[in-house]
Amino acid sequence: MIVAERKPLPEIIESIAGVKRLMVVGCNTCVAVCLAGGEREVALLSSALRIAANKDGRELEIVERCVERQCEEEYNREVAAEVADVEVVLSMACGVGVQTMAQQFPNAIVYPALNTTFMGQPDELGSWSERCLGCGNCVLAQFGGICPITRCAKNLLNGPCGGSADGRCEVDPEHLECAWQLIYDRLKAIGQLDRLMEITPAKDWSPSRHGGPRQIVREDVQA
Amino acid sequence: MKSGSRLEQILESGQFAVTAELGPPQGSDRAVVDKKLGLLEGVCDAINITDNQTAIVRMSSVAASAQVCQAGQEPVMQMTCRDRNRLAIQADLFGAVALGIRNLLCLSGDHQVFGNDDAAKNVYDLDSIHLLQMVTRMRDEGQTASGTEIEGSVPLFVGAAANPFGDPFDFRPYRLGKKVAAGADFIQTQCIFDMPRFREYMKRVVDLGLHEKTHILAGVMPLRSAGAARYINKGVPGITVPKAIIKRMSGAGKGKAARLEGRTICAEMIQEIQEIEGVHGVHIMAVEWEIAVKSIVRMAGLLPRPEIAPLDLTPAPEPAN
Repeated sequence: MIVAERKPLPEIIESIAGVKRLMVVGCNTCVAVCLAGGEREVALLSSALRIAANKDGRELEIVERCVERQCEEEYNREVAAEVADVEVVLSMACGVGVQTMAQQFPNAIVYPALNTTFMGQPDELGSWSERCLGCGNCVLAQFGGICPITRCAKNLLNGPCGGSADGRCEVDPEHLECAWQLIYDRLKAIGQLDRLMEITPAKDWSPSRHGGPRQIVREDVQA
Repeated sequence: MKSGSRLEQILESGQFAVTAELGPPQGSDRAVVDKKLGLLEGVCDAINITDNQTAIVRMSSVAASAQVCQAGQEPVMQMTCRDRNRLAIQADLFGAVALGIRNLLCLSGDHQVFGNDDAAKNVYDLDSIHLLQMVTRMRDEGQTASGTEIEGSVPLFVGAAANPFGDPFDFRPYRLGKKVAAGADFIQTQCIFDMPRFREYMKRVVDLGLHEKTHILAGVMPLRSAGAARYINKGVPGITVPKAIIKRMSGAGKGKAARLEGRTICAEMIQEIQEIEGVHGVHIMAVEWEIAVKSIVRMAGLLPRPEIAPLDLTPAPEPAN
């Protein structure tokens, strides 16, 4: 899923300075699952903004809403009337949702309340880790299901570098495992260590973001 | 000969090579390079010019290497994949060759978190093995990474680094094998303090026959103090400084006496390294302590260095059409 976290409160407050009528709109999909922008977080942020406004003696009216999937216009239609009725829409969706809102409502001022961080998985309660960079040409079959492009700090395709010690990455030993130690151990366990004896050639980055913003067109499903 | 460099000639003739290291200034002051060059003159066969080492911005390795050539000495230009994509690397290599540089060390490069500007975006378009493949193709097939014909030649003696002590230990010799397969003419290792472990590594390297396909230069680093020994042991991933060495450094006292002990230990290690099968040279990393190199090389019994005629840098003739 897409993992995000809320921006620091002072930054959000600064972004809505002078606003008297605000809408905080969450998204019930990925960012709700990662506890960053679902219904609960919309209520929490709205309450924090009200308290801050009260404290400063500012007038602030907040409309709280949460849509099913903010990255699809169809779900955002249900809040169209409220969007037209506020000065600023503070979106608690990922960066995709924020942009969908802005595109769908050309006259609305839409600001992000989250920092969209990565595509990843939950580790344990309150902890998430990045797993995919969306490079556009999946190499997981070759590396035992562990992505070196995402999980090696230097995205080496022929690792490990010299900074692998005791299974940890030198970039941040406390928090980061060495992806290449994981790959080595995994390939050994599944009897595919021979895959590491061959050089993995330089990557063609054109299917990645480096080829410019990407688009998928599926004629087979187009009307 | 692939490049005709002094380093290549010495290694190919079976002599034990000595390389040292020079870190360019954190600025444009060529006097810094000249001063360090003065300290290294005649005591080594080629001088590694680091490329934004530890991710700290310095004079470019291309420019500083060119200055080494101008001074009549021989650089091993280091090139990392951290700061440049394949376009920039190839462009810099063309420029480097045009300026007389004939040795190249291909590195992935220290991650920028170790430097002084971790807001920088890293590149890593290629890794060090891809860089080796690309350069050997440029040299041997006269083609760029994308297959375009190159105007002129790219005579480079191409090396790579190896860390015998990184994990997983069992895989390290095979990873070295990949670098050799990618075209590494020579290898300079990470600094060695743990000699028994290095011997074990070299035994495996020799068993794989890699020592016959590439020239391995063992990396050494003189210690300035017991504190430095402890710091490296604790703070540098993948390097252990054995207790016996830390004890010797502690026993030597402080200041000048400690520095002499550090140089002596380094010279003894070089002598030991010369006896290890498959090792063809030594790479002395006296970081910001270039003055130490001369006495270390002398104590190790490796002076004078072989005399090799300097490279003829007259431009190559135009290719016949």
